[in-house]
Formats: sequence, structure tokens, C-alpha cells
Amino acid sequence: MDTFETLLLGFLGIVIVNNLVFTKFLGTCPYLGVSGRIDMAFGMGCAVTFVLALAGTLTWLIDYFVLIPYGLNVLRYVCFILVIAGAVQLVEMYVRKFFPVLYDSFGIFLPLITTNCAILGMCLFINLWGIDNLPETVVLSVGAGLGFTLAICIMAGIRENLELADVPAALRGAPITLITAGLLTLAFMGFAGMIR
Amino acid sequence: MADNQTSLARTFLAGLWQENPVLRLILGMCPTLAVTTSVQAALTMGASVIFVLIGSNLVVSLMRNLLKPHLRILMFTLTIAAFVTVADLFLKAYQPAMSAKLGPYIPLIIVNCIIICRAEACASKNGLLVSLADAVGMGLGFTGALAVLALVRELLATGQIVFEFGQKVTLVSLPDVPLFRMAGMAMPVGAFLTLGLMLGLVKMVTGKRS
Repeated sequence: MDTFETLLLGFLGIVIVNNLVFTKFLGTCPYLGVSGRIDMAFGMGCAVTFVLALAGTLTWLIDYFVLIPYGLNVLRYVCFILVIAGAVQLVEMYVRKFFPVLYDSFGIFLPLITTNCAILGMCLFINLWGIDNLPETVVLSVGAGLGFTLAICIMAGIRENLELADVPAALRGAPITLITAGLLTLAFMGFAGMIR
Repeated sequence: MADNQTSLARTFLAGLWQENPVLRLILGMCPTLAVTTSVQAALTMGASVIFVLIGSNLVVSLMRNLLKPHLRILMFTLTIAAFVTVADLFLKAYQPAMSAKLGPYIPLIIVNCIIICRAEACASKNGLLVSLADAVGMGLGFTGALAVLALVRELLATGQIVFEFGQKVTLVSLPDVPLFRMAGMAMPVGAFLTLGLMLGLVKMVTGKRS
């Protein structure tokens, strides 16, 4: 029961309180770039969640069973980025083969995920926080992905409405998106300190 | 020869303003937002990015004729990861406090879009000199934008600019009024708002409408 509670709190914490986008600035590039339309944002969020779950678990396994016991900490970054690039490639091939419709709708996003800082960032945070069991790693990875999806979908919803608003010419495009993001972070700061 | 030199100079200057990675191309947002709570952190980040950018641009430029198209991005990323590991270990050894403060944002240089973008757009097509000029220009442009953003945020949040080399050195100290004690500026809100307004200002100055 105790572990279940830890997992649940960890999950809620990473989705809402310590949301990667709002508190750690991870994945800001797609968050600002892709969040034009809500269906695209959701697609991107799903792809990121999937890769993050896979990469987070794999990198933890490699870190815990290979890198740390053999003292290969120097190779950590190279290994992590290789695993992520490999995972993205695998997912791309799998989806293209078995879900062609889904592949067409993801299209451009899939290769871009390799350079999404949310993925590498989360893998590094799992290492940094010293998570030492598999269930917690999986829950945190999935939670981080869902948190990213939540953030990018909220942003896309706001931006769809923003297109109808009369924004000062100089602020159109990226500036107003950043300011909106700032106000959103302010709203999410209300959750700060609730868990951990 | 003269023609060659002007094009080198132009490549170098483009990174500073015309194609400034942060202000004009809107690349590399994560570190820009995350490390600009203090000027020293921003400068350390800038220096690391310049080092990695020069290293990766030179190596990519040297191996540009050997690259296979489908393995290109992977080779770029691995090159960058190697240089980032060097930078990270160097900071851990000589600037442990700063390294702890920057935490995962130094390894995150690996996925900084600026570096991959330069490898793809410049270094994989040009010779050593042009790649070097491009790397230094882009790196300085990035560092400059970060420094300005950090200056505004640190001044408004704490009212002073503090550098730490063993002991604290206060460079600037402003009077203790509420305007210079906005705690929010040190938080994510301040980062997003300041950068948003800065981009708006740049757009206004250049008169570019989109």
C-alpha cells in the first residue's frame, strides 16, 4: 500500500505539480512551435508520451545494470542519446508498418522527437533524483509524457482562440505565445508545494 | 581573397544579429529560459555552448564528405554528445558550484536545436573556416541574448548582480524598492514574460511583421 501511495503521488506530482514544461522548461521548442492546432498538439503529445515511456525505462535499465556497476558514468550522455535515437527509429518503423494511418498523421513529428529536450531531460532527471526501482521509473516516465501532452493541448486550445484576438502587431507570433505561456505557468504555480 | 574574407565576416556577423539564434530564429529555448536567473549562470552556459558549437562544427565540417544521408543526424548527435561530455566534466572539476546549479541543463546542450541546426545548415556544407566563423558568431549571439535576458531578470528579481568565484562579488546593487524585488522574475513566469516582451521589442525595432 505504501508503494502504491508513493507511485500515485509521484505520478500526480510529475503531471501537475512538477510539470516538465511549466517548471523545468523542457520541451519548450515543440511547445511553442507545434501547438498551433489542437489535433496536431495531441498527436505530438501522444508520440512523446510513447517514446518517453520507452526511452525512460530503457535508459534506467542501462544506467542501473550497466553504467553504474561498471563505473562508466562518462558514457552516460552518449548512451542515453543513442537509446533515444534508437527508440525513435524503432517506433517510427513499427508505426509505419502496422499503423499507416497513424504514421501519416504523425509524419513530421516522429523524427523531431529525438531532439525534444523533454525526453533526454526526463531520463537525466530520473538519474539525478536517484530513482532506484523500475515501477517508479515507468510511472514517472509515463507521467512526464502525459504532463507534456496536457501542457501542449492547453496551449493549443488557447492559441486557436488567440487567432481571433486583436494582438498588437509587434507581439504577434512567438512573443504573444511566450507571454501566454508565462501566464499559464503562473496558473500552474498554484499547485506548487502540494506534493514534495 | 578579399571576397572570401567578406563572406567570412558576413557569416560571423549573421549569427550576432541578422540570424541571432534566440532572438530571430527562436531556437534553443530550453536553456534560454532555464539558466537566465543569474548573469553568471547565463555566461557559463553561453561559454559551454560556444565550446560545443565550435567543436561539433569543426568535426562535422571535416567529415562532411563521409556522411551518409540517413545516418547524418545520428552522427551529429553523437559528435555533440562527446563534446558536451567534455564540457560537463570540465565544469564539474573546475566550477563544481556552478555545475550543480546548472544541473541537467549542461547535458541538455546535446539536444539544443541551435547546434544541430548549425551542423545541418552550415558545417555539413562548408569548409573549416566558414564553419568556425559561423560557430563563433552563432555562439556569441546566443551568449549575448542570454546575458541580456539574465541581466534584466537578475536585476528585477534581486536588485543586484552577483558573481561568485570562491567568494561573492557584487557588481551592481540597486536601492531596496519593490520594483527591484520581484520574486516572480526568478521563477518560470519571469522567464517566459521577459523573453516574450524582448522578442516583441526586437520585432518592433526591426519592423518585421509576420
